[in-house]
Amino acid sequence: MNSFAEKLDYLSYPFVQYALIVGVLIALCSSLLGVTLVLKRFSFIGDGLSHVAFGAMAIAAVLNLTDDMPLVLIITVISAILLLRTGKNAKIKGDAAVAMISVGALAIGYLLMNLFSKSSNLSGDVCTTLFGSTSILTLKRTEVGICIALSAIVVMVFILFYNKIFAVTFDEDFASATGIKTGAYNLLIAVVVAVIIVLAMNLVGSLLISALVIFPALSAMRIFKSFRSVTVCSAVISVTCALAGILISVFAGTPVGSTIVAADIVAFACSALIGALKRGSGI
Amino acid sequence: MALLTCQDLSLGYDGKEIVGDLSFEVNAGDYLCIVGENGSGKSTLMKTILGLNSPISGSITAGDGLKQTEIGYLPQQTEVQRDFPASVWEIVLSGCQNRQGMRPFYSRADKTLADENIEKLGLSQLKKRCYRELSGGQQQRVLLARALCATSKILLLDEPVSGLDPKVTAEMYELIERLNKESGTTIIMISHDIDAALRYADKILHIGKKIFFGPAREYTEAFDGFGAAKGGADI
Ligand SMILES: Nc1ncnc2c1ncn2[C@@H]1O[C@H](COP(=O)(O)OP(=O)(O)OP(=O)(O)O)[C@@H](O)[C@H]1O
Ligand SMILES: [Mg+2]
Repeated sequence: MNSFAEKLDYLSYPFVQYALIVGVLIALCSSLLGVTLVLKRFSFIGDGLSHVAFGAMAIAAVLNLTDDMPLVLIITVISAILLLRTGKNAKIKGDAAVAMISVGALAIGYLLMNLFSKSSNLSGDVCTTLFGSTSILTLKRTEVGICIALSAIVVMVFILFYNKIFAVTFDEDFASATGIKTGAYNLLIAVVVAVIIVLAMNLVGSLLISALVIFPALSAMRIFKSFRSVTVCSAVISVTCALAGILISVFAGTPVGSTIVAADIVAFACSALIGALKRGSGI
Repeated sequence: MALLTCQDLSLGYDGKEIVGDLSFEVNAGDYLCIVGENGSGKSTLMKTILGLNSPISGSITAGDGLKQTEIGYLPQQTEVQRDFPASVWEIVLSGCQNRQGMRPFYSRADKTLADENIEKLGLSQLKKRCYRELSGGQQQRVLLARALCATSKILLLDEPVSGLDPKVTAEMYELIERLNKESGTTIIMISHDIDAALRYADKILHIGKKIFFGPAREYTEAFDGFGAAKGGADI
């Protein structure tokens, strides 16, 4: 029974500390916009964008880029803007456009990886990009730095535009009828979402990102009734689950991404229960 | 110059016309009622005035230096998500958003204004409540309080009394009347309550097969009993 004390020692390793810092920040960022995404029925855009990011990663791999973050970020942000555009003109219906791009990017990404990858463990690579990897435990100093900087920007933007995001999310027609530049704020939301998704790719992989974005918001909505309390609560839930998930995965050796999402599911179940009890007792 | 001038408007969706040949003016301080059957294009007209739809042809010009940010709007129905978590207070306050510009947070004055409007519409008890748990009439009042926060210049109301009980309906009409007469707020209101329209409004715009625009007192003559026949009926 030496294992537990030994594993507690892990916490003093820098790579575990990096993982915890990055994990908490990503969880915080992804939960902030979760409420807006769920309510605007944008959940799928998150999903679609993460597949685009997957495709972009494949391209970066083909080009043999050592640092794929900038390329992935640019491609994802551009796709976010384009997706929002198509949503507006609606020649191809919004969700169909998202589905098209998302599945297309997934296919092309996999194809590229297959054709050009020099790696001997192709399916392992693919699995890693789709489901997240232990790569969060191999973060370098610079990556942690980039992540901290991007998260800080996301949180700042969210706080500064909180009231505007609320107005645009709650009633877009009223907002634009009274002269608020809804187009610009939707664009802002899309760009921030793209940044969050690229960030979160590292943590949970592209298939599980939606879970990170949506679960905390849905959980908070079970319990709370105002926008502000839902936002705060979902941030708290998300950060707690990320911490729990990373710690469990370090100690038990489970995959990081799926462990975090599992923690989110447990949190959702608890919240649903609390919500039901609250309603039952008439509070 | 008129606050709003609509010239030869043709309205519709995807190039398919619903109403055509619409010309009218709204002056500052006017109380205009828009009436007409279901589906005649009243809401469409209002959305076009607000810039949410674009007209097929014709023009809408704003005068008197009216800016988009000086408009208040009460939608017919908001497609608010059934599960949207928002308190009455948050929603009413969001009406002040159009004056924020790049300011990130609401000022004390904004909050006072929101409080006043909550008071005015008898919502003080419900301030902390969740919007989606209110009755239809209560929700309507919350949205009107929000519209009042947005402007004191011009209010566009799409069926503000639908779903309200008789007492609150009467209060609502009184309130709108007071806003118009005392604060000089221009009112454009869609209504199916022709009796009330004739009583309160200065001008009537009827859209449908026959288009009428003129002072309220000429409306009954022009329609030769049309108003009387359908008057008051909640169509
Ligand atoms: N988004 C839309 N796309 C296409 N057609 C629409 C749309 N909205 C409304 N219409 C059509 O335009 C016509 C006018 O609708 P509108 O909502 O303006 O009627 P209304 O006069 O406000 O009716 P009501 O008294 O029921 O509120 C209707 O025939 C309706 O079917
Ligand atoms: Mg209507």
